[in-house]
Amino acid sequence: MHDNSMKRRDFLKTASAAAVGAVAAPAVWSPARAQDRKETLLIVTENGPNNLDIHGVGTNRPGYEASWNCYDRLVTHEKKTLADGSVSYDRDKFKPELAEDMNVGDMSVTFKLKKNAKFQDGTPVTAKDVKWSYERAVKVGGFPTVQMKAGSLEKPEQFVVVDDHTFRVDLLKKNRLTVPDMAVIVPGVYHSELLKKQATEKDPWALEYTKSNTAGTGAYKVTSWKPGVETVYQRNDAWVGGPLPQIKRVIWRTIPSAGNRRALMERGDADISFDLPAKDFTEMKKDGKLKLISNPIGNGMYSLELNVTKPPFDNVKVRQAVAYAIPYQKIIDAAMFGHARPLFGGPSNDVAGTEWPQPTGYKTDIAKAKELMAAAGAGEIETTISFDLGDGVNSEPMAVLIQESLAQIGIKAAINKVPGANWRSEMAKKSMPMMVNFFSGWLDYPEYFFFWCYAGQNAIFNTPSYVNKDMDALIDGAYAAAATGNTAKYEKDVKGFISKAYHDVPRVPLFQPYLNVATQKNISGYSYWFHRQVDYRSIVKG
Amino acid sequence: MLATFGKRLVTVIPTLIGVVIVTFLLTRVLPGDPAVYFAGPAATPDSIAEVRKTLGLDRPLAEQFARYVADLARGNFGNSLSTGRPVAAEISSRLPASAELTLAGLVLSLAIAIPLGILAAVKQGSWIDHLCRIVATAGVSLPVFFTGLLLVYVFYFILGWSPAPIGRLDAFATAPPAYTGFYLIDTLAAGDLETFRGALGQLVLPAATLSIFSLAPIARMTRASMLAVLASEFVRTARASGLNSRTIIITYAFRNAMLPVVTTLGMVFSFLLGANVLVEKVFAWPGIGSYAVEALLQSDFAPVQGFVLTMAVLYVALNLLIDVLYGIIDPRVRLDG
Repeated sequence: MHDNSMKRRDFLKTASAAAVGAVAAPAVWSPARAQDRKETLLIVTENGPNNLDIHGVGTNRPGYEASWNCYDRLVTHEKKTLADGSVSYDRDKFKPELAEDMNVGDMSVTFKLKKNAKFQDGTPVTAKDVKWSYERAVKVGGFPTVQMKAGSLEKPEQFVVVDDHTFRVDLLKKNRLTVPDMAVIVPGVYHSELLKKQATEKDPWALEYTKSNTAGTGAYKVTSWKPGVETVYQRNDAWVGGPLPQIKRVIWRTIPSAGNRRALMERGDADISFDLPAKDFTEMKKDGKLKLISNPIGNGMYSLELNVTKPPFDNVKVRQAVAYAIPYQKIIDAAMFGHARPLFGGPSNDVAGTEWPQPTGYKTDIAKAKELMAAAGAGEIETTISFDLGDGVNSEPMAVLIQESLAQIGIKAAINKVPGANWRSEMAKKSMPMMVNFFSGWLDYPEYFFFWCYAGQNAIFNTPSYVNKDMDALIDGAYAAAATGNTAKYEKDVKGFISKAYHDVPRVPLFQPYLNVATQKNISGYSYWFHRQVDYRSIVKG
Repeated sequence: MLATFGKRLVTVIPTLIGVVIVTFLLTRVLPGDPAVYFAGPAATPDSIAEVRKTLGLDRPLAEQFARYVADLARGNFGNSLSTGRPVAAEISSRLPASAELTLAGLVLSLAIAIPLGILAAVKQGSWIDHLCRIVATAGVSLPVFFTGLLLVYVFYFILGWSPAPIGRLDAFATAPPAYTGFYLIDTLAAGDLETFRGALGQLVLPAATLSIFSLAPIARMTRASMLAVLASEFVRTARASGLNSRTIIITYAFRNAMLPVVTTLGMVFSFLLGANVLVEKVFAWPGIGSYAVEALLQSDFAPVQGFVLTMAVLYVALNLLIDVLYGIIDPRVRLDG
């Protein structure tokens, strides 16, 4: 052992000496590699997937990207071009993906499957696969099951195989979110025969297998996956879900250092850098060397959240005082480098429209904040302001600016940095008095946001623990009105709950952040999606 | 020799048992609830409970520990919750990456630091002595992530001499068949010179970063111990006997000065493995350090335990190796001492 290691060292010593000469020479690519480069997309991001299947236990967001590109849903969204020329999915328009036809009846939705649809191993897709996959989503537990419930997809009996190519979903109740929920990542169609063979008694849904293997009909399949290093996809040339993508191979590398991701882009070595920090985005945009695309994150906002169950924030006047004391513009300029959509300074807290998110009537007004503090009869207040250290780049400067500003109205707030791994459990405890936080919902409807963040079910995202009967009535009313198509009632309730949320202000909206992407100039076809991951299928490399 | 070696090995066992207990307890005591983390967005108390049950975290601590030890005995380090892969497989595929990088850094560092230290001692007070002092001070006072980023900026971004800092290989190159896991050796074994050059190019900057960091202790220790030896009586005698200075310095003085240098080397190697974590982050190096940090951030116990355990075993092995080296360098040293 000793001898070996000495040899190795001697070898490395000479190798390192030779390196100085070898590196300076330009890379000589064999012709095969040059061709490969043209048909391959190289994406760099901070994190890679920890699981290739969204049904898995604790699949992270990059994992959703693998699921999205490797599995098909029955239906998906159309796309639309936005005012700034960027492309986004269209929330309101659906098109078939694995189904060729969708028929929405009174209490059921019926799908005809594409007859030529095949899994990546050549097995034809039948309605049995779809039923098995839907059952898997509602029975596997954890996040997929919760997500299915949002569309009232809860019981295996709801999913009916009519014949080999016809699949029907029976509705438990009318819910406008049922069809949109069938177009999110979770209800993908899995190869049931293959997975049944891989299943074990302990793992009836073959989660172990799909963790590192893809078993779908999607446009891409994962051919190599090294967690934390790279994920490599190959195109599925037999894909029937849409037009054949141009990119044959996708290499997705994890590059933890933001500076290096930027260097790779600016040197032209990587094709796409996804989810850039606001700072890099604004600076790279100024340089003009790359194509930079940015979309506001739908149904998402950063807010300052106040725990209403405990003094001092159980007093609505104190909460309003806080809302007037926040240095909104400074936060956008200093923390987000000016790159965010303001959610303050609107005409009134009684909102006129149903668009979401929309600005509150609050703006920075220290005099008014002091008045409200005096009216509340609150003396000097000592409290803490918490944030998720995993999002420290954005949250820390915000927390510091808010801390500084609150000191002017007699609120002394100590800063509490919570490590990323603990953030969720801290949130679940509901004991933090004040926190900077971000929430966004996949399904881009205001009532969906309120269902999670303001409703009496007091979900983990209702960090202020705000429970109010009138609020619940408005949220339920909006859900019911949307399901029956009662537009007037829907609009009244939505305006009602937004206005109530702004007056009672358990969470103070700050701004809507953007999702930022940099691509080389020869890359086109990028589209924003609700799931905030890259869809490779539409990308074209010129 | 073998018997003393065996005796030395036996003393290692309590250390390892201690490490197993401490790592198990430490990861359980850490704040952060993996069940909540892995329940993902939109979790409800029910779904969190379900995840907790799936992960076996609802069992009593003693039962979890017993299971852990039983698995270890079978060579099973458990599964990483975040990647879903066996920790043992993950570590064995990542350890060579870290080892290749650390060894390359160390060898580079030795190649510079030892001659520099010897020269500084021989020509004490000269410009080369000052150079040695400056290089060592600068190297140790610059944090590795800073040197790393600086090197990337200069040699990749500005000059374009170095390949993109995206890990062990260019994105379009295929990894060589794994014989040893050391890419430089595997590519040569496979006769793939193009990939060999690629792997070597990727290795230069991170290895240089590590070596800059580790120059100081090696160079300073070489200098100090050379000075002590050069001032000793047997060197004076050798000089008086008219031996040429090359023979005196290399054959007599250096060999005697090597003991403390080897001790330092063991320490340097261990703190290089620590410094590796940052270098791996900067250069997207798929090593064991970045794996452990990632796992820690996600409250993923098994890889952290596996990492600490592997490191403990490595240190123990390293210490053994150094003890053996002592005996070779200086036959007066006894292993059973």
